[in-house]
Amino acid sequence: MIEVRFHGRGGQGAVTAARLLVEAAFLEGKYGQAFPFFGAERRGAPIVAFARIDDKPIRTRTQVYEPSHVVVLDPTLLEVTNVAAGLKAGGIVVVNAKEAPTGLPAGRLAVVDATGIALETLGAPITNTAILGALARATKLVSLDSLVRAVGNYFGDKLAEKNIAAVRVAYERTKLL
Amino acid sequence: MKQVLTGNEAAAIAAKLARVKVISAYPITPQTAIVEKLAEFVANGELDAEFMKVESEHSAMSACIGAAAVGARAFTATSSQGLMLMSEMLYIAAGLRLPIVMANANRALSAPLNIWCDQQDSMAVRDSGWVQLYCEDNQEILDSILQAYRVAEELMLPVMVCFDGYILSHTAEPVDVPEQEEVDDFLPPYRPRHPLDPAMPVTMGPVGVPEYYQEIRYMLHEAVRAARDKIVEVDREYGKRFGRRYGLVECYRSDDAEIILLTLGSLSGTAKDLIDRSRKRGERVGLVRVRAYRPFPREVLVKALEHAKVVAVLEKDISLGWAGALFADVSCALANVEGAPLLMNFICGLGGRDVSPLQIREALRAAARAAEVGEVKRPVRWLGLREKLVGLGI
Repeated sequence: MIEVRFHGRGGQGAVTAARLLVEAAFLEGKYGQAFPFFGAERRGAPIVAFARIDDKPIRTRTQVYEPSHVVVLDPTLLEVTNVAAGLKAGGIVVVNAKEAPTGLPAGRLAVVDATGIALETLGAPITNTAILGALARATKLVSLDSLVRAVGNYFGDKLAEKNIAAVRVAYERTKLL
Repeated sequence: MKQVLTGNEAAAIAAKLARVKVISAYPITPQTAIVEKLAEFVANGELDAEFMKVESEHSAMSACIGAAAVGARAFTATSSQGLMLMSEMLYIAAGLRLPIVMANANRALSAPLNIWCDQQDSMAVRDSGWVQLYCEDNQEILDSILQAYRVAEELMLPVMVCFDGYILSHTAEPVDVPEQEEVDDFLPPYRPRHPLDPAMPVTMGPVGVPEYYQEIRYMLHEAVRAARDKIVEVDREYGKRFGRRYGLVECYRSDDAEIILLTLGSLSGTAKDLIDRSRKRGERVGLVRVRAYRPFPREVLVKALEHAKVVAVLEKDISLGWAGALFADVSCALANVEGAPLLMNFICGLGGRDVSPLQIREALRAAARAAEVGEVKRPVRWLGLREKLVGLGI
């Protein structure tokens, strides 16, 4: 079973990101489970969301303590949260940042300027679809094609087009370190 | 067709498939998304129903009572404080024998204010005469709501479908959504036996004077008891049509188990994975999940549990000053049963505290020790309690 932990701030779409990852895996015939953990819900507060992917139905309902991979939607979270806590050996941290952040524990990093890409393609700093493009590129958990289909199904016409663009551009621009 | 749905979405789709005629609700986290979705279905014409916006949950249930009394299939959803505010009307819905179905996304009660999951809310109204079903996953939420209308309308009783807030309500996972025609075949339109109709006047809710009240309560009690057979009958038919059955209780690797975890709701899944791991090590452990909590399925539970050495009851509620509600009920069910197992109670997961495999493992270990020595010294324990915070263990 693959487990992914998403770190974001309320309003950036971390919960939707977890869900879209599961929707994409579902399109590939896999089972999935996406769920948020909210603090007291408010825009801007740090939030965590989780996704599980497996070849068989998933029964476990606990939070994810030892993620296979970690996704960070907001670079300012790196200063306040140990995003790599419990990360499994060989796991990848996918970070939204202009440049590779320092200070993360040894591990594999994937960096993408998701905020820049979101502003460019959506006109708003909602980084979830861009960072998913980076996650797909870095981890190959789902194919770019499945992700594009999942995003297309989830959003209405116009939003779908822009978000698919965000996925594709981020997929291209992700730097694997 | 299979779709990825949250528990709330599954509940809303089930209500739509049931072709409910009146929805009356007041928003409260974590349930709100159910009635938002239903409002959307009504607004875009996918569901031909009256959506009654009201100023409180008390009014929401009152509106459902009125709707069901005149013969409309009624639905509402709530959580936590909303259910508490409704409680006066819950007793009335049951006493008037109105087949309302409600989804309750389980959430802790204030104070302190807490929006996260436990099952204190629905436990607090377990004596109201509503049938209560507790779901383990989102598929079961959808299936249970469809089954609930059959049970409700055939027995003239309200049914509450309970599922863990956030842990199911906000979790997206694959759910098989049946076709409308299949649901229509399973669930015919509601035909009330005694509708409130000026053309054929009846009185509903008159004074129940001492000469009659006790008999009326007895008949309500017997009707709720009869729901045991009805739930099984409806579930069997549902299984034939849709391929999924749940029963009153679910037994998981418990037939030859010496230690049995007794659970309600979503933590059962986590516990089943742990049971599998323990079985691989040769430990004779199993799980029994109570799905129908009211009526209490005494006979099947006794059969499922009586051969065990220890039954460890895990639950997300507490009757303050005593023990968990399920523990008290199962103790009562096993009273007078010869050679009944030892019973332990583990209170856990209150107010959104994550019930981790480590905590469940701790319960299994404590149960194994009790099995070894043949006695239980502390029957009620709290899992995951931060002891220093409450002045213990210093």
